[in-house]
Amino acid sequence: MSCMENGLVISHKKLGRDLYEIEFIAPRIAPCCQPGQFVHVKTGGTMDPLLRRPLSLYDVDEKLNSITLLYKVVGKGTELLTKIKVKENINVMGPLGKGFSLGDYKSVLLVGGGVGIAPLIYLARVLRERGCKVTVLYGAARSEELVAFDRLRSIGVELMLATMDGSAGYKGLVTELLYDKINPHDIEFIYTCGPEPMMVAVKDYADKYGIKGEVSLEENMACGVGACLGCARKLKPEDDHYVKVCKDGPVFSMADIK
Amino acid sequence: MTRAENKLNENDLDISVNLGGLILKNPVTVASGTFGYGMEYEDFVDISEIGGVIVKGTTLEPRSGNPIPRIVETPAGMLNAIGLENPGIDVFLRDFLPYLKEKGVTVIANIAGNTIEEYARIAAKIENSEGIAAIELNISCPNVKKGGLQFGTNPDTVKEVVEAVKRETSLPVIPKLSPNVTDIVEIAKAAKAGGADALSMINTLMGMAIDIKNKKPVLANIFGGLSGPAIKPVALRMIYQVYKEVTLPILGGGGILDYKDALEFIMAGATAVSIGTGNFVNPCLALEIVEGIKKYMVQENIKSISELVGAAVIK
Repeated sequence: MSCMENGLVISHKKLGRDLYEIEFIAPRIAPCCQPGQFVHVKTGGTMDPLLRRPLSLYDVDEKLNSITLLYKVVGKGTELLTKIKVKENINVMGPLGKGFSLGDYKSVLLVGGGVGIAPLIYLARVLRERGCKVTVLYGAARSEELVAFDRLRSIGVELMLATMDGSAGYKGLVTELLYDKINPHDIEFIYTCGPEPMMVAVKDYADKYGIKGEVSLEENMACGVGACLGCARKLKPEDDHYVKVCKDGPVFSMADIK
Repeated sequence: MTRAENKLNENDLDISVNLGGLILKNPVTVASGTFGYGMEYEDFVDISEIGGVIVKGTTLEPRSGNPIPRIVETPAGMLNAIGLENPGIDVFLRDFLPYLKEKGVTVIANIAGNTIEEYARIAAKIENSEGIAAIELNISCPNVKKGGLQFGTNPDTVKEVVEAVKRETSLPVIPKLSPNVTDIVEIAKAAKAGGADALSMINTLMGMAIDIKNKKPVLANIFGGLSGPAIKPVALRMIYQVYKEVTLPILGGGGILDYKDALEFIMAGATAVSIGTGNFVNPCLALEIVEGIKKYMVQENIKSISELVGAAVIK
């Protein structure tokens, strides 16, 4: 069940250039969350911007009933969001959308790029708690943008980094690590979120070795609940119908996309 | 006499309205295309409490809608070019309507055709099913090539399409007028001449946005319909003009974000209001506006909402 709630902000900090982490108490929403779902955030009380911003769940603290979001400032809405202070309220609708499937896997691979790491953090934690071995390939342009590094370390995953400038880990695309470092026979399922070319490369890898997986897509949204049909998308170019990223996704099976 | 002595109780208020034979328990509806089929918002609000739910525009055949991008946010509003994506009238009547009926929702269908005959055929299908309270005629969608707006900008075709639909149905027929015309009063008069029971106004204003990085229109459809608070003054002006000249009840909307906006529309001549883009900002908005209107009525000692309709219109 989803709802709209005013969450009390308990932490809001800048993690790196344009990257922020906000945590708020949401007693009604937090208990209903699943990894891969999102909340639809009112960034302020303005008419410009007017619409909410969909942000995926970075983590949920089941004891505190808090939700943490990782976001990147990309425009007016996210810029306004940075102004919300601790002890103020943040208005969110959620949890929304279809999250990741949590199969009974022994070993999975997560591939995250940039701020796309956000939903994979919550997922990694839940999978680890279920006893699953989690390997994470995490890439960004430069080391300062690898802001989820500490969380991944504390979750206890096998972690490999890549940066375009070589300031941390492998120098180059995170997807190049797939062929270099991963034994496909050790992986039962792949989850990915990040820039689309990255996700395409991950899907190519998964297809090559016959591994199933899921991707989390991003799209501009108005309603966030499947009513306005604004976030429509064709999963395959030849499809004659559109899916709604907000309601049918944001997580989709790799087998369904092209 | 002071206000305190005179104070009304909220239970004494009459907020039901008659929109050309369509009785609404309160004057706040949700606009077509902004509320899906109602169930999308069920977690957030009791949809049966809303004055009326105007469901997504429905065509005779299923439509897959326009290519993407379909929406873009603009100052104090948004542009959309969804292109009437919908599963068709048969699927709506079979799969969605029974549930809404069971829930006790006041359902207003919004229909669009490629031809006048298609409008009539959809109306006939609705006439043969139960659970729909009125028909809103979409003759103003700016985002489809055929139908929609082309019917709404010519007074003769407006009259013709309303007549064709009226022949097929006993339900109140409410054409939704486009603001993309030179003279909205002329179109409203044509709708009345065709037998319209009420008027819904306004649909979105045609607009566009440009991506300066790629030097291209943002929307795949190039143009889209502008909605949100940016269009409120235009909507108010048009409703005011039509109220003065045409004796049909008006369902007014365009950028309503709170009860004060809603009262402006009512005072400009709207019998009821519709909430559109505001639903995206706050899914509980329609019912919050009902509460706000009631508080205002108590404060101002107004017993019946009808006293406020057209209250600001200078005769």
